[in-house]
Amino acid sequence: MNIQAYVVLSAILFTIGCVGVLTRRNAIVVFMCVELMLNASNLALVAFAKQHGNLDGQIAAFFVMVVAAAEVVVGLAIIMTIFRTRRSASVDDASLLKY
Amino acid sequence: MDAVFTKPTIEYADIWPLVLVFAVACIGVVIEAFVPRERRFIVQTVLAGAGLVAALVGTVVVARDLTVHADGAARGAIDVEGTIAVDGPAVFFWGLILIVALGGVLLFAERRLEGGVSAFAGQAAALPGTEAERQASKIGLEHTEIYPLLMFAVFGMMLFPTANDLLTLFVALEVLSLPLYLLCGLARRRRLLSQEAALKYFLLGAFSSGFFLYGVALTYGFAGSMQYADINEAVRNDLSNQSLLLIGIGMLTVGLLFKVGAAPFHSWTPDVYQGAPTPVTAFMAAGTKIAAFGAILRLFYVAFGSERWTWQPMLWVVAILTMVVGAVLAVVQTDMKRMLAYSSIAHTGFLLTGVLGVQQASDLSDGEVTSMQAVLFYLTTYGFAMLGAFAVVTLVRDSSGEATTFARWQGLGRRSPLVAGLFAFFLLSMAGIPLTAGFVGKWAVFTVALSAGAWPVVIAAILCSIIAVFFYVRVIVLMFFVEGLPDGEVASVTRPSLLTSATIAVGLAATVVLGVVPGPVLTLAGHAGQFLR
Repeated sequence: MNIQAYVVLSAILFTIGCVGVLTRRNAIVVFMCVELMLNASNLALVAFAKQHGNLDGQIAAFFVMVVAAAEVVVGLAIIMTIFRTRRSASVDDASLLKY
Repeated sequence: MDAVFTKPTIEYADIWPLVLVFAVACIGVVIEAFVPRERRFIVQTVLAGAGLVAALVGTVVVARDLTVHADGAARGAIDVEGTIAVDGPAVFFWGLILIVALGGVLLFAERRLEGGVSAFAGQAAALPGTEAERQASKIGLEHTEIYPLLMFAVFGMMLFPTANDLLTLFVALEVLSLPLYLLCGLARRRRLLSQEAALKYFLLGAFSSGFFLYGVALTYGFAGSMQYADINEAVRNDLSNQSLLLIGIGMLTVGLLFKVGAAPFHSWTPDVYQGAPTPVTAFMAAGTKIAAFGAILRLFYVAFGSERWTWQPMLWVVAILTMVVGAVLAVVQTDMKRMLAYSSIAHTGFLLTGVLGVQQASDLSDGEVTSMQAVLFYLTTYGFAMLGAFAVVTLVRDSSGEATTFARWQGLGRRSPLVAGLFAFFLLSMAGIPLTAGFVGKWAVFTVALSAGAWPVVIAAILCSIIAVFFYVRVIVLMFFVEGLPDGEVASVTRPSLLTSATIAVGLAATVVLGVVPGPVLTLAGHAGQFLR
């Protein structure tokens, strides 16, 4: 099986996530793009695990899912608090701290 | 596939301080559920403090029992199926992190400065400026969850420099970061700033950990294993797929440099240090940097040690850039916490200078220090000075809480000579004035970088140190030699309880002792030896 295609796909997904983080304004969408980056890494890990014929990468993918879930809990809590305070989830609005 | 499951061996005798800290954190969560509200504060602080002291004792015990290996350079063992390396440097990092965390607990538990409540939000869910928030502070609500959060962060910090496996490294990175994101957003005063700091820290932190994870995937793709020893083997022998390795190293470095706050990944540092509650800033500034430098050293020396010529030029550039950015931008700051944040960026640059030095003691003549020794010593001096300086910042207050703008600090030296003098001393140590700890630390990292031939970095470092002296001395001049504004427009010093005083006293004592007699700690750092491979 050719794993190169999977790695290329994961790189494309990672890039989409990365561009999304840099260009989108809504904190929730930014956060979703980060999740896309993590899942792109998962795809790469699983593809490489297949290539090397060991299970390290697949197990790592499970750990990454757990970590991503924990990150969602913390992240949504923070975004929720700031949304309730400011009535806006735009990352541009939170600009009291600068220079 | 016919897979047989073999039970992994876990050497609890070596890693029990780590397990203890994690257990205390979990017990802290249970206490939140079962202990009545009025008793939680005392139970949580005592538990956290006792847990950290016990873990510190455990670290000393473990450190004394490390196995000495044949070549004598490294001591310890690689435990838990190759994922955790408990060696000389690892236990040194543990000890340092635990001491900083103890200071953190003392600062967290300070209640006298706010008039009977802690520096953390009474009820984080209550919106700023609403009746609910006033009600919460009137009846004296407090979040005692901060102690378990702190302990989880300490667990992550202890795991970070001991991780001997990329997956463990990633998990440790997240375990140390996630509680800190939350702690940053929990300030009692100036809650908008605090929440904004948490949001920025979280989004940028998650972004950088995305890069880090993709780096893990690519490095695994190159080496076919997550363990440092196998990666090192693959780096040495395998010449195919070099691009996977190079991109992998680059992306891993992005994640780690973000954590230490090195330019060009430093932009979160001033915002977060300023917005977070000052006790959290003190703990985070010292603890995260110590842990992340431990991880950087182990990853680069053990896993990518044979690939030195690839990553070294990159770190040269990053070190110079970090020092210049930190020192130059600190000059134009007008807020005390922000100024300290930029100064911590400059310190990151100095520490990276040390990372570039010679690793093997056998390559050096007698009496010269290794890179590891220099960085460990610098981290010790930096940790104590930062903890002490931020602890002093919590004392200087006006009616709206902590007063951190420079204008409010004018003439503080005339009104409260003791506190201003202490702050000045910490600043002088950070500036690297002789007879303070900072001087010995700077001298150590500069000499190791020089002996490795990194003289352009050392020249930049010396120039930046001179710029740094300027902005530290400017604050001292402001406190002692500028006429204070009329009362009401300046801040005054609030008398702290024993907890904060103890933290400041320990920071002061360490800074004096390390400056005047650096020998014992330098020997201890030297005795830590090398990483076990």
